[in-house]
Amino acid sequence: MSTVATSTSELAARLDRGVPAVEVRDLRKTFRRKDRKAGRFARKRPWPALADVTFTIARGECVAILGQNGSGKSTLVRLLSTLLINDGGEARIFGHDAFEETQAIRRLVNRVSVEASFFKKMSAAENLSYASRFYGMTPRQTRTAIPEILEKVGFPAERRGEAMENLSRGMQQKVALARALLTSPVLLLLDEPTTGLDPRSKLEVQDFIRQVRAEHDATILLCTHDMAEAESLADRIGLLDRGRLLFLEPVSDVKKRFGVETLEEAFFAATGREFENEATEDDDEHREVFA
Amino acid sequence: MSAYAIEMRNQLVGLFGIVERNVYLTKRYILWDVAFMVWTIANTLTIVFIARSAGLAPAAENTLATRLLVGATIWAFLGIIFEFMTEIVAWERWEGTIEYTFMAPLSRFAHLFGQGAFAVLYGLIRASILFFAVAAFIGIHAPNANYGAALLLLALASLSFIGVGIMTSVLPLISPEKGAQLGFVCQGLMLVVSGVYYPITVMPEWMQWIAKVSPATYALRGDRASIIYGAGVAWADVWPLLIIAVFATPVGLVVFKAGERHAKKHGKLKRSG
Repeated sequence: MSTVATSTSELAARLDRGVPAVEVRDLRKTFRRKDRKAGRFARKRPWPALADVTFTIARGECVAILGQNGSGKSTLVRLLSTLLINDGGEARIFGHDAFEETQAIRRLVNRVSVEASFFKKMSAAENLSYASRFYGMTPRQTRTAIPEILEKVGFPAERRGEAMENLSRGMQQKVALARALLTSPVLLLLDEPTTGLDPRSKLEVQDFIRQVRAEHDATILLCTHDMAEAESLADRIGLLDRGRLLFLEPVSDVKKRFGVETLEEAFFAATGREFENEATEDDDEHREVFA
Repeated sequence: MSAYAIEMRNQLVGLFGIVERNVYLTKRYILWDVAFMVWTIANTLTIVFIARSAGLAPAAENTLATRLLVGATIWAFLGIIFEFMTEIVAWERWEGTIEYTFMAPLSRFAHLFGQGAFAVLYGLIRASILFFAVAAFIGIHAPNANYGAALLLLALASLSFIGVGIMTSVLPLISPEKGAQLGFVCQGLMLVVSGVYYPITVMPEWMQWIAKVSPATYALRGDRASIIYGAGVAWADVWPLLIIAVFATPVGLVVFKAGERHAKKHGKLKRSG
């Protein structure tokens, strides 16, 4: 389709198929936070966001990591997308060290986060042009590629020139998916891509994720707190709780292991706490970290 | 095409992307730009009218007015470059795109130089409008002006300004709340020592020493000579600018990369809007 897409495909083709898409071993990340109860002038203390996380994702696999707010899901995604530097352990993406070979990894990875982050005064087409240039796509290439990808995600053609600030959350999230796919990533990191969407938009986005899996040679890491979404999209499900990965296996194995019918029950069995009723003490603002 | 050539091509396309994005934003905020231009012209008039109140003979008054106008124009030009460079992180942080930009395979050189290139183009257009609008309003005559030499020197100085701007652009990365303000402090300090409205000889000696390492000193001196006396580009102004540019750009990049590493280590590379 394009030089960059070709070069990304070439890179993907050159990747050793035997090498896992993601290999994480004893990965640690600690931030420093203030304890509010200790008063305004309290010193910041270390607060582990990820503690000795280990897992592997095979090429072409879709893995969901479940966890509540503050469990460390976004920290994991940010570490794998070269936005954070680890404090210990290692992470490899298609055999490349995530903290040393960042340029090689950036060509292979893209991401959709919970916030559809765009220049709000610019249109969908302008935002996609801007993002695609960083991956070497020229105006000639994006002239056809952008309308194609927007059509694929179900974005109305007549609204391509409209400022992002005038679009609904669901529409913005579709553009975010289009932005991630425009660069033909081999590893797609989805960080709560459907949080805050209305039920219809949520289903549309989930259908599109299935379509991406079916049509592209992409590996997907989905971080979410939506158990039903994880169960319907992923081959294996992991549970991240307060920075620790408690398990990562197929849903049927999880249920068998804990002798339960639902993932909610499995969470309770694994942590001794209710999934939905977790205290909000660990939220991002309080922790002053990415969580 | 070799892998190296593909990489170079991709980086140039990325650099163009930064310029293109700023063109889109300028189009969207055009009325704000017009308002800012009117404010800059009004502000410059308040400075240039000082020449009228000095009680000088017409020729001397015209020279003083031109001198003040060149100073105000270069202040405005430099202000644009510093604003664009200092705000490169702050804008993306506010819009929320910062993580997408920093995880893209775009070299920091292409990223920052793309911003600098647009700032220079945009700054030159604004500075030209400002200069000719105020000159026409006040009635300044510059019959000997060598505008070509003045522009050439400003273009050369821009390389140094971008290099220094890259150094200040790291500040919002390290301190999301106060970084941008610190960048403007740097801009103010540079202009104070560079003789923006007065000869640097009126300053204390230690400030004159600092003036020697400020690129604005040579841009102001050379442009005043070109516009008032019609002088060409003087080597005495060119070589310090070249040395500062050669030094400032790589040092700026090293400083920025160190700041980026700090931000990644401490989780400061995040949106705030």
